[in-house]
Amino acid sequence: MTLRACRHRRAGTAAALILLSLLLSACEQPDMANQPRLDTYQSDSGFADGMAARPIPEGTVHRDQALNERPTHNPAPINRGTLHRGRQQFEIFCAPCHGRNGSGQGVIVQRGFPAPPSYHLPRLRQASDAHFYDVITHGYGVMYPYASRIRPADRWAIVTYIRALQLSRNARIDDVPEALRPRLREAPP
Amino acid sequence: MPQVFRPRANALAWTVLIIAAALLVVAVCLAAHYFSSPYYSGVDRTPPQPVPFSHKHHVGELGLDCRYCHTSVEDSSFAGVPESEVCMTCHSQLWTNARLLAPVRDSLKNDRPLRWQRVHDLPDYVHFDHSAHVNHGVPCQACHGRVDEMPLTTQKKTLFMQFCLDCHRNPAPHLRPPDAVFEIGWQPAGVPSEARQRYGERLMARYHTPTTERLTDCSLCHQ
Repeated sequence: MTLRACRHRRAGTAAALILLSLLLSACEQPDMANQPRLDTYQSDSGFADGMAARPIPEGTVHRDQALNERPTHNPAPINRGTLHRGRQQFEIFCAPCHGRNGSGQGVIVQRGFPAPPSYHLPRLRQASDAHFYDVITHGYGVMYPYASRIRPADRWAIVTYIRALQLSRNARIDDVPEALRPRLREAPP
Repeated sequence: MPQVFRPRANALAWTVLIIAAALLVVAVCLAAHYFSSPYYSGVDRTPPQPVPFSHKHHVGELGLDCRYCHTSVEDSSFAGVPESEVCMTCHSQLWTNARLLAPVRDSLKNDRPLRWQRVHDLPDYVHFDHSAHVNHGVPCQACHGRVDEMPLTTQKKTLFMQFCLDCHRNPAPHLRPPDAVFEIGWQPAGVPSEARQRYGERLMARYHTPTTERLTDCSLCHQ
């Protein structure tokens, strides 16, 4: 083979290699708006059940989870903050059925849901704080459990607020500090 | 050698140039129209859902709070889509045989989640955190519109970067006190429209809203 032919052949190989290397590059720009990752609650995840959200393994302990038994008494301090939080959570989760005043005539009941008992019944006025807490946690009768929706501290805050609602129907003038009584008398009924 | 171009060529050259310029203008107009169209932005898009859930009924008529179903909105970047158990809290007693609700009943019975279609889908290169917004006085309504008037959930805002920046450059007119964030249609009582800006600025001080420099920093959203 002549030197010239040999050179031609080398150039040919190099050109072929360069052309082949172009095939290695991707044809398409990666889609930045839909990246190859799983979004929250995405389906078609590749897992057997298709869900991107994986079930929590049995025995997992949440870092804020109380490891002790449920306290028998309401651990929430009785103050403005607790009552405010309790009212807020009560009006989100309880008022639709129990009504904002706790008499059991919420908007869902007006639409045909079985009416829950009023909080102002003597039986429920005498019930313990823990009873209300347990009903929120586990449900009662046709009421579903709210354990996955309301966290323990907020359940206690709701119980505190229910107590305030009950008190509001049965308060006496003696319960008001003496210094504040004149203001109450002046207030319009 | 004869002339290459006849006198007529002058007119032809001008015509071609004018047509090219006109085409360019038309192309720019068409592009502007396309990129501002609902087709491109997704405004008024109403994705089909497995169950025709009506926010108008549940929020507008019954007055349920957003957080009854979207429970994680105050704690998490993701507002949360309710489990079928949440729907069945009421629908175990109401509309128990409704054909429209059959997918919900089957979902709870078979422990298979409903495949709700996302209505507000931001690009993956944007980080959005619901909790950071609602805990700083940005109402749901600012991005989701009047869901209490939507029989089917519809995207109402463009969700373009321009939309985000409009508020990040000047959040004050949109902000509300903590108790009003989830209340649709809320207006500050006794605040005339010319005082709305100052009212919002006082809220910003209360919420410790970051500075405009920080709020418009690229890395705030493009992490």
